[in-house]
Amino acid sequence: MSSNASNLLEEALGIGGGRTIGGRVVLVEDCVETSGAFVLHHLMKRVLSLESRGTLLLLALAHPFSHYDRILRKMGCNLSSQRESNRLHFLDMLRLEFPGQIDGETKEVGFQELFSKLQTAIEVISERGNNNGGITIMIDDISMLEIAAHGCLDQILDFLHYCITLTSEYGCALVILSHGDIYSSDEATGLLSSLEYLADIVVKTEPLATGLAADVHGQLTVLNRGSSQGQGYSMNKFRNFHFKLKENGAEYFYPGSIKT
Amino acid sequence: MAAVPREGAGAGGVGAGVRSATARASSFSRATAAASPKPAIPGVKHGLNGAAFVSSGIPDLDRILGGGFQLGTVVMVMEDAEAPHHLLLLRNFMAQGLVHRHPLLFASPSKEPRAFLGTLPSPVSGSKDERPRMAPGLDPDAQDHDKGLRIAWQYKKYFGEQQSSGLHNRDCRQEFSNDFDLRKPLERQLLNGQHIDCISLLDSPNLEILQDHCSAFLSKLPRNDGTIGCAGRLAIQSLCAPQCGYFEMDWDMASFIRSLRAMVRSSNAVAMVTCPTSVLPPSFCKRWQHLADTLLSVRAIPDEDKDMAKLLTGYQDMIGLLHVHKVAQLNSQVPVILDATTFSLKLQKRRTLVLERLNQAPVDGSTGSPYGVPGSSGSSKCSSIDF
Repeated sequence: MSSNASNLLEEALGIGGGRTIGGRVVLVEDCVETSGAFVLHHLMKRVLSLESRGTLLLLALAHPFSHYDRILRKMGCNLSSQRESNRLHFLDMLRLEFPGQIDGETKEVGFQELFSKLQTAIEVISERGNNNGGITIMIDDISMLEIAAHGCLDQILDFLHYCITLTSEYGCALVILSHGDIYSSDEATGLLSSLEYLADIVVKTEPLATGLAADVHGQLTVLNRGSSQGQGYSMNKFRNFHFKLKENGAEYFYPGSIKT
Repeated sequence: MAAVPREGAGAGGVGAGVRSATARASSFSRATAAASPKPAIPGVKHGLNGAAFVSSGIPDLDRILGGGFQLGTVVMVMEDAEAPHHLLLLRNFMAQGLVHRHPLLFASPSKEPRAFLGTLPSPVSGSKDERPRMAPGLDPDAQDHDKGLRIAWQYKKYFGEQQSSGLHNRDCRQEFSNDFDLRKPLERQLLNGQHIDCISLLDSPNLEILQDHCSAFLSKLPRNDGTIGCAGRLAIQSLCAPQCGYFEMDWDMASFIRSLRAMVRSSNAVAMVTCPTSVLPPSFCKRWQHLADTLLSVRAIPDEDKDMAKLLTGYQDMIGLLHVHKVAQLNSQVPVILDATTFSLKLQKRRTLVLERLNQAPVDGSTGSPYGVPGSSGSSKCSSIDF
């Protein structure tokens, strides 16, 4: 995928051409039929690219390092060397547990530790002066964090709010992957509605209404709540387009306009 | 060829100038290590992206899933409350593992899980007239190893039953996947191995015991990049069955699956978990589906459904339907798109399990426009089949 070609996803997110997602909260919602992980991979590549000089803090709850390494390698980004040069901070949280499941207090302590780990990492990064490209915090994915916390919604929301303070304090970007279909039933709407409210940009991946196809893997809906900084008004932009995933990236195109 | 020092560029190791000055070589290195063949472990096949597969025990399913069950993944089978077809999948999976001497951990909500091992099927014993089923389009005579097998079958008539079974067992171990004869039980000697661990979930107040067993089992099968020592299988039957002591603890069950997934990822094992998802709250059902790497569901077919009989060919032989929702894709972001996702479970010759694509029966000319397209995935066209 040529980096010069106009990229529908980046246009929708409001990045590219010098602009970054710094200071904004991006929520990626996916479902069982279409995984939204490719959006995270795309953003990872963007943040770690040579032009951007950003730093990435990845809270990996769903996959081990080798998984991301292999995928990003095929997309032209070497995570191992990025990790060594401190542009990527990989927090392996596959086995993250908050001890003392029943007692809410110890879980709070667990979250506090997690947050302080994040905060110290960010302080170290900004002190080093590598903050030119901005810091991006990526959580993959938040439903795993919810399981680790045994569904303690309060703790998770507090943690999220603290992470959001980092976006204003340090100008970090926060990217969160969540699963929309888990929260679509009546008894469990809590987390998703809070996330959708807090997010500046919501990216939803869904299967096509017509079912499976080999050429088009799904559709993306991007809702971008324009930031009202210095503009006096905020404009919501809503875009919908289709995507096809390949090993070395993804193709985005308007419905019906795939080049075969 | 210009040596462009761009990240991720270049064929493996050709441009020496591409390597960075740091002591650590670039991620692309000369492919000498890969040239040496990996030691063959019975029942393990290697694929792309560093994937290793073990057979599910059903050759058709292996083919559908593109190789088999991938080591390091969790396969989830959503049960149908009306029919025990998930047990067919489980039995074939476990029997295949025992034939290949893979360590097995089996947990079930019954009081005596060991008894289930007695129902495992035995591999089909070929006689002279039987030919091993092969992939369509292959000419058996053109393949050398099949020639070898043909010679063996010819000599079979000179050996007694005992000796032929010994030969047959060795042959079975060599093959990646076997057809299983559901009418014949597995040999006793394969069931009395040290490497089989059976756990009953019935009286467990929580999932800690199971988690400890799984952890101990998987710690013996660590995954290191490169060689695979041994492959193990975990089979957990009806994890969320209502009769288990931990049934109401939704978050604990989700937490168990999450840690199982994490443990299996870093080991050379496959976990097959079946669950009657209809008893779970819908949000947790979705959570489990997201946690699974490969997601299948089995569905019963009503015995006397006239509408379905008109719609599908071969309806009388079908015992159930299998739907493939998701196929594991480790180390890659490209989803696996199958030509067809719904298959019928049939018993061939009343003993081996086969999966077939659904074929629409030719529509009677008087009732409407004929569509008669064979091999369609029934779910999108037929309104009566609702998944």
